[in-house]
This record gives sequence, structure tokens and C-alpha cells, in this order.
Amino acid sequence: MGEVTLTIDGKEIKAKKGMMILEAAQSAGIHIPTLCHHEELTSYGACRLCTVEIIKGKKSRLVTSCTYPVEDGLVVKTESERVMKGRKILLELILARWHIDKAIELDHWPWTAKALLENYGLEQTRFQENTTMCILCGLCVRYCAEVKKANVLGFVGRGIKRQVVIYPELAVKVCPTCQGGKMGCSFVCPTGVIPNDFACIALYGSKKIPLAYPVREYDQDNIREILRSVGDS
Amino acid sequence: MVQNPPKTDGIIGKYEGDGSALIQVLLELQRENQWLSRDVLRMVSERLRVPLVQVYHVATFYKAFNLVPRGRHAVVVCLGTACQIRGAPRLLDKVTQSLKIRPGETSKDLRFSLDTVNCLGCCALGPVMVIDGEYHSGPSTKEIEQIIAACK
Amino acid sequence: MPRLNSATDLKGLRRDLFTRRDPNKPCVTICSGTGCHAYGSEKVAEAFIREIQKNGLQGKVDIRRTGCHGFCEKGTIVIISPEEICYLRVKPDDVPEVVSTTLVGGKVLERLLFKDDDGRKIVHEGEIPFYKHQSRIVFGNNKLIDPKSIDDYIALGGYGALAKILFEMSPEQTLDEIKKSGLRGRGGGGFPTGTKWETTRNAPGEIKYVIVNCDEGDPGAYGDRSLMEGNPHSVLEGLIIGAYAIGSHQGFVYVRQEYPLAVENLSIALNQAREYGLLGENILGSGFDFDVKVHCGAGAFVSGESSALMTAIEGKVGEPRPKYIRTAVSGIWERPSNLNNVKTWATVPVIINKGADWFAGIGTKGSKGTMIFSLVGKVNNTGLVEVPMGITLRDIIYKIGGGIREGKKFKGVQTGGPSGGVIPESLIDTPVDFDELSELGSMMGSGGMIVMDEDTCMVDIARYFLNFLTEESCGKCIPCREGIFQMLQILNRICEGEGKEGDIDLLEEIAEMVKDFSLCALGATAPNPVLSTIKYFREEYEAHIKTKRCPAFTCKKLMSYYIDPKKCQACMICRKNCPVDAIGGGKGLVHIVDQVKCTKCGTCFEVCPARFGAVTRLSGVRVPKPVPAGTKMIRERGE
Repeated sequence: MGEVTLTIDGKEIKAKKGMMILEAAQSAGIHIPTLCHHEELTSYGACRLCTVEIIKGKKSRLVTSCTYPVEDGLVVKTESERVMKGRKILLELILARWHIDKAIELDHWPWTAKALLENYGLEQTRFQENTTMCILCGLCVRYCAEVKKANVLGFVGRGIKRQVVIYPELAVKVCPTCQGGKMGCSFVCPTGVIPNDFACIALYGSKKIPLAYPVREYDQDNIREILRSVGDS
Repeated sequence: MVQNPPKTDGIIGKYEGDGSALIQVLLELQRENQWLSRDVLRMVSERLRVPLVQVYHVATFYKAFNLVPRGRHAVVVCLGTACQIRGAPRLLDKVTQSLKIRPGETSKDLRFSLDTVNCLGCCALGPVMVIDGEYHSGPSTKEIEQIIAACK
Repeated sequence: MPRLNSATDLKGLRRDLFTRRDPNKPCVTICSGTGCHAYGSEKVAEAFIREIQKNGLQGKVDIRRTGCHGFCEKGTIVIISPEEICYLRVKPDDVPEVVSTTLVGGKVLERLLFKDDDGRKIVHEGEIPFYKHQSRIVFGNNKLIDPKSIDDYIALGGYGALAKILFEMSPEQTLDEIKKSGLRGRGGGGFPTGTKWETTRNAPGEIKYVIVNCDEGDPGAYGDRSLMEGNPHSVLEGLIIGAYAIGSHQGFVYVRQEYPLAVENLSIALNQAREYGLLGENILGSGFDFDVKVHCGAGAFVSGESSALMTAIEGKVGEPRPKYIRTAVSGIWERPSNLNNVKTWATVPVIINKGADWFAGIGTKGSKGTMIFSLVGKVNNTGLVEVPMGITLRDIIYKIGGGIREGKKFKGVQTGGPSGGVIPESLIDTPVDFDELSELGSMMGSGGMIVMDEDTCMVDIARYFLNFLTEESCGKCIPCREGIFQMLQILNRICEGEGKEGDIDLLEEIAEMVKDFSLCALGATAPNPVLSTIKYFREEYEAHIKTKRCPAFTCKKLMSYYIDPKKCQACMICRKNCPVDAIGGGKGLVHIVDQVKCTKCGTCFEVCPARFGAVTRLSGVRVPKPVPAGTKMIRERGE
């Protein structure tokens, strides 16, 4: 039950031990942008947008404020030059995956994606587009696992091939009654890809559910042929 | 389908209820059956008491696991750094041309599966191709064709 | 095997083994590590068994199959004791002659000896230049031990260090000795080992873990594998010593499943150690309990990162965690966990036996002791070398490595795997040292040392590493997953002739962000190959972008193959070998490459007889217009 004193952007702030810098900042009214963070879910640290610069003694380093616990005497800069430069590129990378004009405004976010990008003077990305709309923030997966305890959504693959998939045999049992039939995961998705691309409705035993069945990448035709030849339907 | 039900059952039974053994169980099943079918993965999820999403994430995260049947003969080309600078990409081209499948694929007659790895640790032999455990150092196209023809 | 219940029992066993072993009895040692296995060492061993039987020498000559000797270029290596005659490149067909000439006839078989540059033949291993300049304090025992025999290890003094610390030293004293030695982690991080042990020891919690990291993922590095295959007991002994110092009773060994021989030899070693009472409950009667579980990796480079490895041991996907709370304090199942590399653990018994002061006397101020490197690539003597810290890169590459293959020009050496960088010729006199290498923009890493020559394109190397990392990234955080991917796209464009002004600056901009914002060390060090090649080989990047030229003639899309009509002797060799029938012409008619059909495979360049040298490689220049089809060739003068 200890209390610590730290400095964020020049302001002295008192925070409870065990709190993360992000929470401490938010409670003091200091805004740090986030994408994969949600109050009801455990911190994930994947989007790196909430990165801040911390100074301990003579050394400074960049850490994500959502996973770094507060310390007594810590000095935090949420908009230092290094942070701002990096955040801009980070946003450009996100833009390569997510068409900003397709994003919908979600009212429980303190900001909109559009406002964030305007803040950094970004209209388009210099990078090769890889538009899948899903930025792999993991909010839907964590929501389904931690709040609904249903584990209908999950990650497969790694690296650039990482994607979110849904398991039909679990979905038919759970999704129809989730949030009164409105799909709780769609409320936490920041890009609005649920229920857009995600809800390509498929029939699973004559029931309609959102689509995507996990199968290892490579050549889809090759896989189908091979599975057929060993009698695996 | 569940391949080899008694053996599969035995392997899973060894780790019944122990979620932390997930990777080890899948490795043993992979070694035994050469690939992991959907039904086997569901079995593992139920009996090890691990959510299906976690089983699939592990099975697709690690390169060792195949969710598709493998050919009778495993062909591996090393793309480690030492082999790379000794001409591994060219060797891979020759092999894919001869086998007519790309890395990660299995030939339709289930004869061959082709994979690349990132270092076999015999860099003095680079570039290296391994077929059924036999190592070949920088084989020519002709040699590759001969080796392939000998595999039924 | 009788259980050993005290240090005296161990000494007794050792004495017993000594008296039973006749040092003068002939012994054939055959290197059977995975490298020599690929050369066919199994068949060589079988041939020896057959020939020894045939010559009636059974029981009079021992055969010992050992782990890797290190001189992998010349496998299969066979050593005949007690004379210590070293035969190289031994094939099964050579065996009958070896047996009759050396074992029966007592003479040396000259043609299998090492020949130096002056043609002189060297009989004894220690005098071969490759070995002479090394300091094999950790790796040297590989050639004396059958890894499947714990007795071999004990006969050489094995487990003596363990007995010493259990009965003559306290855990704190053991810890101090390691701290005093200055040992730094040999897995890549170079973190002071003693400090890590101390942090784990002092962390709150009764249950603590010690872990061996044998996930060796750096392509081109295989020192860990050879140690685990060839001398697993040395690693185990180090691990038990560490567990004692830290206060841990449970250890884990994480081995790549791609190393089946290492897994096998390790399992045998663990069982043998348990039988002797050197592992398990009440080790050597000291009251100290400790046991080990083996956990196999499943094919992910990122799982070799310490926090990812611990997550994998928990049965989850091997994704790294943020290291704001050290794994030494909160690791596997949030308990204090001390992770060290195979080479680090294997060095521990050496330090205990010979003393921290002795160890600290080797090496430089900041880097003590020796390091095992995998010296591979365009070097003559490929293999595993153990050298004292502080030796220059030049000495390793030239004195030990024997210089560049085929007499080509040295261009650079890459250290530290995908997290390291390339060091150019101008800096080749840099001493091997953790901090010196980091300062150059590379790092020591896990020991991979890849030698490159004039035919290696540095832009392609950067692209290769980024490609590797794109596949191996766990994909959780955006900087690594997207940032490296976009850097790769830019490099692909550059290598395919579509580089544009500003690409180098953009690469550097993304690199800076990836370094600063990534979740783990994989992402944070991923830009190193790109940044170091830009720093030292900027002209190559600029050539690719501005003049669409690849100086090393590696990037296919920037190259053309052209047959000089004045030199072509119409021998038909290239025509016959072209895999896509892209060469026109015929007997007596100049051969012409169809630039549209040509796949730039380079076969014609390789097969054109050296005395003609008619096939040329062009890059960055326009291909001359082809001569009309049917042009007759010009006969060379003097014919």
C-alpha cells in the first residue's frame, strides 16, 4: 500500500505502488495515446504507441507506459523528441494496414484515430500497403478470453503472417448470445474490422457465424489437394 | 481423423491434464504421425485442458509442426548464412525445379515434402541438401535428378 | 553402476578408472559430431570395427566415437593414440589401409595427414596451424570423450569441481568465485554471469530455477550444439554448480528439436548422472537436491530469447515479455529464474577447477576467458575455434582460418548473427571483445563468425537477415512485425533494380524507431545488419540505387550474362547446360544468350572453360547488341 512520487512532463504526481505509468498519467490528466490498451483487460504492450522516455539518474530509455510500473523519483517525458519521431513512423506503419477513412468512431475511446493522425501531421503512408484492416492489437482475443472466458478468437502464425481467426465449433455455441447478439468483440475493435470483413457469414452446420478457419499458410490449393488425398475432409 | 489412435492416445495419456507440456506432447505426436490433424489437436485441447486457441497458436507458431500430411521422403535445403553465401538460393532453385513443389509443400502423390531450415550446423559442406537424412554437398542438377528418381 | 555417496567415492572411482585404462593401449578416436556424421563418420566407424576384427586386433585396439573436434572442414577426423597421429578427410575406403599401415605396421599413412602451405606434412593435431593458435580450455575435451560414457568424463577429472564446491565451499563462496572471474554470458547478451546469479539468489521466493539455453538459433553458429553433443556432462556439472550457488533445486535444459543427437546424448548423460548419484536427491551425499527436466524447442528463433524461452517452458507460445521486471526476479511461473547459455555453463567447472584468478588472466579487461566461434563462410578452414578474448579478427581469419577460399579478396566478417553487423577489412585488427565489437555496430552474439569475400553483396546480406527476421519475428509488436517487413520491402526493391533516392534515409529512419520501440531484443537489434552495412558499404547501396549495379554480381535482377563473340569458341558446353535453353548458336557458330529467356542462373558462367572465358557478367551497363544469329566463331590464335 505504498505511495510513490514521480514526475511526468514536469508535473509531480503521486501514485500507488504497482500502478503503471499510463494509469498514473491518465489520473493526472496527461494524455498518452494508446491502441491496444483497455481498462477491463490486462496490459498487452503490443502497439508500442504509449511509449514514453524515462530518465533514471543519467540513463534514459524508452519503455511502454502501459507495462512499466511507477517508481519513486522516476522522471517521465511523454512527448520527447525521440518519442515523437518514433511514434510518427509507428503510425505510418499502422496506416499501411488500416485505411484511415474506413475507421469508425467508437465512443468509449478518448480520441479518434483521425484526430491522432492529424496530431502527427499524417495523411498517408510512405510504406507499401498491406491492407488487412486488422492491426493485430489483440483486443478482441483478450476480450473473448478474459471477459467472456470463451476463447472463440485466437492468434495463429507468427511474424507478418500472424492473424486472428475464429473457431466455428466454439462460435456457434457462444457468439449468438454474446452481448445480446451484437458480438462484444466488435465493441473493442479499434479499426472497425469486426464486423466488417470479419463477419463474412458462413454456414456451420446450418448456423450463420463469422468466418475464418485456421489452416497453415502456403499454397491453399496444395493443402486442399493433400488433405483430400488422405481422406481428411 | 485421428491417426494411429492407440499410439496417439498413449502419448497424450502421458501428459494428461498437464497444460505446460503442450509443446512436448505436440512434438511427440508430430514425430510419431508426421503431421497433426484437426481432430488430434482437438483431442489435445480437451485432455490437456488447454484452450483450443492456444493449441492452434502453438501448432502454427512453431516450424516443427505440420498441419498437412507429409510426403514419404523429406527434402530439406539449408538457408543458413554460411550456406547462403555459398550459393544456397541457387541450390533451392534447382531443387524446386526438379521436385516441382515449393518450400512448405508436399507433392500431390505424397512422395516428397520440401522444407527450408536456417542452419543444419554442417557449414563446411555448404550449400547443403538433405534427403531422408542423407547429406549432399552442393549437388548439381543432374545429381539431384538422380537422387530423386531413386526415391519411390 | 554403484552410487557415489561422497567426494571420496568419486575420487575412488576416478582412481579405479585410471588404473583400468592403459594409456599406451592403441585407440582409434573417430569424430562423430553432426558435422562429421554428414561426412559419413558412421560408415568410417563401422569400417574400423570390421577391419580391426579382420586383422585379429579385437580387444587390443579401442575405438572411441567422440563429439566434434572442431576442424569441420577436414572431416571425418580420426586420431590414433597413443602416438596422437591425426588423419583428416578419412573415408570408409581409406580404413583398411589405415589399419594395416598404422595399427598393424606402426607407420604413418602420409596421404591422410595435414599438409600446410609449404607442402609440409604434420603428424600431430596440436601442431596443425588451425589448432596451434587456439586455446581450447572448454572445447578441448571433446576429442577425448565418448559423450555417451560418463566414465570418460570422470576419468578426465569430471565432476571434481562439483565435489569441490559441495564440500569445500559455501554457496556464497561459489558465487563470489564466478563473480571474481569476470565471466560474461556467452549467449549474446554478454551480461556478467556472477551478477545475474546474485540477482537470482537474492530475489524473494523459495523456489528458483536454473536454465540452460541450447536453442542456438543464429544461422551459421553451432558451437552450442557441438558442446551439448560432445560433452554434455560439462554443461551439466556447470549447471549443478550454479544451482548450488543460487539455491535452486530444479533445472531445465531447453534444446532445439533440430538437434536430435544433442537431445539423445543429453538424456543419456542425465540418466547416467542420476545413477551415480551426481544428480537428483542428496548429490554425492552432500544433502543438496537438484534435478533437471529436458524441454525441446519446436522451431522458433525468437524462443531463444530468455523471456520467450521461459514462456515456452510454461507450455505457451514462445513470445517475449517486456523485461522491465528481470527474469532473474520473475521468470518461469513468475519465480526467479537464471538462464545462461550452454557455453557459459560449460565454462563454470573450468573456472572452479583452475581458479577465478587464472581465468581472469586470460582475455582483455572487459572480456575474460575464451570464446568459441563458428568460423564459417568463405574461409579455408571452416570449423569451431576457441580463442582467448583479445585476439584480433585478422588472426582468427588468417592464422587459424587459413585465409579466404580460392584466393579471393576478403571483404568483411559478420558476427553476432541476425543481431550483429558486418565488420569491414579496414577494421580487421579489432580485438575480439564484447565492448569493442558493440562499438563497431556489431556484437559478440553466440559466436557466429561468417567470413565474406568480394563475391558477397552486402545489400543482399542485409536483405537476407531481414528476410530471416521477418519469418522469425513473433509478430506481437508493431515495430518489429511491420517495421522489419517494410525495411525488407525497401531492400527487395533495391536488389531488384527499383531503388530510389531517399531509400537509404528511409531505411535509417525506420531502423531508429525499430531499435527504440521494439518489445524485445530481436526487434531492437534487427536493424543492426542494415545499419552496419550502410555504415561501411554505403557505396554498394548507392551503386544499386543510382546506377543499378551490383558490384559483387549477386543480385540477379541487376545482372546480365553476355557471351563475348570474340572469345567464344563455340564448344557447345554452355548451350548443353543451360536449364532453359536460352543460348542460341551452334557448332562453329557463336553462342548468343537470349536475354529474355535467361534466368540468370549463372550456369554458363560456371561451365565455360577457363581458357576461353567467353561468358562475362555485366551489371549496371547496357548489354551489347547481339551479333546476328549464325555468325561464325573466330578461331583462337595458335590453333
